[in-house]
Amino acid sequence: MHELSIAGAVVNTATRHAEGRRVAVVRVRVGRMRQVVPDSLRFCFDIVARDSVCEGARLELVEVDVHLRCRACAWEWLPDIPAFRCPNCSSADVSIEEGDELVVDEIEVEEAECIAPG
Amino acid sequence: MHRTRVRIVEDALDANNTIAAANRADFDRHDVTVVNLMSAPGAGKTSLLECVLREPIDGVRVGVLEGDVRGSMDADRLASLHVPVVQLNTDPGFGGECHLDANMVRSALPALPLDEIDLLVIENVGNLVCPAEFRVGEDARAMVCAVTEGEDKPLKYPLMFRSCELVVVNKLDLLPHLDVDLDKLLHHIDAVNPDVERILASAKTGAGVAEWRGWLAELAARRVRTPA
Repeated sequence: MHELSIAGAVVNTATRHAEGRRVAVVRVRVGRMRQVVPDSLRFCFDIVARDSVCEGARLELVEVDVHLRCRACAWEWLPDIPAFRCPNCSSADVSIEEGDELVVDEIEVEEAECIAPG
Repeated sequence: MHRTRVRIVEDALDANNTIAAANRADFDRHDVTVVNLMSAPGAGKTSLLECVLREPIDGVRVGVLEGDVRGSMDADRLASLHVPVVQLNTDPGFGGECHLDANMVRSALPALPLDEIDLLVIENVGNLVCPAEFRVGEDARAMVCAVTEGEDKPLKYPLMFRSCELVVVNKLDLLPHLDVDLDKLLHHIDAVNPDVERILASAKTGAGVAEWRGWLAELAARRVRTPA
């Protein structure tokens, strides 16, 4: 269910930027915080893309590990479980440097060859 | 035919966030504070709302937007409490959406008596996953977590637990019948969202309801009112 909602958002974003051109590839960066199952997202993408310029496009996913940084003591770590208290100083003031993104980075669109006027 | 790369670098949920910001602007214009109330199905969102709305909240006029996949059972329950309740069904969407998004809430705005309320509680569709992804224009997010769900839910649904300012731990009355370790559950909530506000509650016994009412009153009082 989660992947279906996200697939819809990805297709809408790609479609808006395609400006009517056929989309061949959609590249998405997704942080592990988002708990997206890649195969499930690809499956949903194929369904949601039907009857849009994204139909048949290949979805390329880059998964990003969660990278945390403590604002109090500058400790940085990659957590195994979603625990956000600093393991070094116990501060709760922790920022997610990477790993919670859901970004459409790029698309590849097909262009008709431009024929210069004679 | 040849291919062109189009650089985008845009949050996939930007379109939703833009509409959420428009909702927020409309709420602000009417001086309405909005709380997005979320939980797993059956955790007790509606029961806790019933408890809290039985008595007035310190001069705060409350309205409720009830999100459900289908039906108006929850709205009917709340209607007897003499607060304006608007039902929003997600069923006409893609087979019944499992969450409210900003656009669905926007579609309900004309039905909401925004000039007559100070606080709008949006009861989201019961689900610990998708609602966390979609902002709807709220000032704050609160969630209900029932002890019957087990100790591990914060670790399994960190996005939801992290996005909230308040976690109401409900069904405390059932603890004697369960093999659930409350301390462990609270520890997991703290791990995922350190220092988040917590209220230990039971819609059955009324425990924690006064605190929950106080939290809502404080949230509404945070708003700096625009002069009339």
